[in-house]
Amino acid sequence: MIEVRDLSKRYGDKLAVDHLTFTVRPGMVTGFLGPNGAGKSTTMRMILGLDRPTTGAVTVNGKAYRDHRAPLREVGAILEARAIHTGRSAYNHLVALGQTHGIPRSRVDEVIGLVGLQEVARKRVGTFSLGMGQRLGIAAALLGDPKTLILDEPSNGLDPEGIRWIRNLLRSLADEGRTILVSSHLMSEMSMMADWLIVVGRGRLIADTTVEEFVHLASGDAVRVRTPDIVRLRSIAEGLDGVTVKEDLDGDASALTLQGISCETVGELAAANQIVLHELAPEQASLEEAFMRLTVDSVEYIAAPTANGASVGASR
Amino acid sequence: MSAATLPAQVGVSLGRVVRSEWTKLWSLRSTRWALLVSVVAMAGLGILVSAVQMAHWNQMSPRDQATFDPVDTSLGGWHLAQLAIGVLGVLLITGEYSTGQIRSTFAAVPHRLPVLWAKAGVYAAITFVLMILASFTAFLVSQPILRRHHVETTLSSPHVLRAVVGAALFLTVTGLFGLSLGALVRNTAGGITVFAGLMFVLPGITAILPNSWGDSIDPYLPLSAGTDILAIHSDPSALAAWPGFLLFLGYALAALAVSAFLLVRRDA
Repeated sequence: MIEVRDLSKRYGDKLAVDHLTFTVRPGMVTGFLGPNGAGKSTTMRMILGLDRPTTGAVTVNGKAYRDHRAPLREVGAILEARAIHTGRSAYNHLVALGQTHGIPRSRVDEVIGLVGLQEVARKRVGTFSLGMGQRLGIAAALLGDPKTLILDEPSNGLDPEGIRWIRNLLRSLADEGRTILVSSHLMSEMSMMADWLIVVGRGRLIADTTVEEFVHLASGDAVRVRTPDIVRLRSIAEGLDGVTVKEDLDGDASALTLQGISCETVGELAAANQIVLHELAPEQASLEEAFMRLTVDSVEYIAAPTANGASVGASR
Repeated sequence: MSAATLPAQVGVSLGRVVRSEWTKLWSLRSTRWALLVSVVAMAGLGILVSAVQMAHWNQMSPRDQATFDPVDTSLGGWHLAQLAIGVLGVLLITGEYSTGQIRSTFAAVPHRLPVLWAKAGVYAAITFVLMILASFTAFLVSQPILRRHHVETTLSSPHVLRAVVGAALFLTVTGLFGLSLGALVRNTAGGITVFAGLMFVLPGITAILPNSWGDSIDPYLPLSAGTDILAIHSDPSALAAWPGFLLFLGYALAALAVSAFLLVRRDA
């Protein structure tokens, strides 16, 4: 259990984390989602006591991280940039890390086996591929058999097989009742990994909800309707209060997207006006769209248009 | 995962952090090389220079022959060893910052200070043991070579034992000074620059000041104060051996104290 209360971090005149409050609960995978620069890594560093909060506080399993007698037993973490000396072997890195807690070498061998690094454990970390580095990071995080895991962009540099492996690992760790917080700027990744989402943008909390609820929240009530009698349906819909009529996204001339109305109401209206419907369906934004919609105002670095005003690659 | 075999009494203690830092120090190739270089320099250079001096003894001026210092010559390796040990001291800390290792280290030991004490203690212990062996080797192997022209000395002569042990003490504190400056600056290039600036550049600056200024400042500079302990014939303008050494130790401990103060306050 991680409890973040009114947490802020100011760097100079920039508020990287802006009064965040949320709780990460055990027994499930919580996705920590936000565009790059949203304050995810800073928040994770404050959870681990690496950065000092400007306001607020964080507790892990009831205490500040630094007040635990065996911090590696409470939280295992992989931080964004690799946090391992490149000149040391993977084995020696894990041994030295474990020695701070009196964790025996047998446990080091165990976690090396668990992440499948037996072959390269005696090689210097500097020679590792990105994927091997991530596996080593996970081995280090699991060393103390922690109740809580914090992973900052863990699938960076992993191949699809590695990503599947990590997803299954996190799932089984969550099923054992552990608390898992995984950050990502990729919605698609979170939709496959997470049960719960904490969404941030510009350091502020945007959503703290289930994955399904988040999509619902972002897409609103939108209905896609297709009919041979499109002109009449459009005029009826345009006469309704609170309903927005949009052209169909796929450019189908016989279809419309209606926002602010349910499928049931559209169906009843069509029946009452004797309009034949060929299609009537709730339109769900994909997670990616939902994410984009909710965070568009909070993206800090929006790509500037190129000098001639056109986006790169757009050709006539 | 549920098969984790962890003893019940897992937890951080200073002793455990010391063991961890011991492992970290020896498991880096660059560290082993730097220590080897400093041992070879401290033990070997004095022996080599002794042999060269004896071979050229008859070409030396009578004045040079009369002022020949068997202790200074045989222990001369400290000039080279101080650079290797000081720079390694800086690197032991800044290497963690440049690779990001420091975040793993502080996540494991969130109180941080045990890491600094352990690093300083382990490094000081290792340099002292290696340098005292190297210093005695340099001295004891050089004296039979110097006997060829009857300019050797013995450990029981006045101040000689102090100089032989003092070389190791000076080099140990030099390493501690480098480590403290590394913890203060947290950047390899910056740390080495500050270390070299304080140790080797400051004396050059006092040399170009008006004599009265330079003479009154010079004895208190880290290098002059720290090496007083190596001198057999006391220079009237210098500090006495032990006060000089203690001043140098004071500089190193002051730098360590400031870096400790900042270590717990700065973001990692």
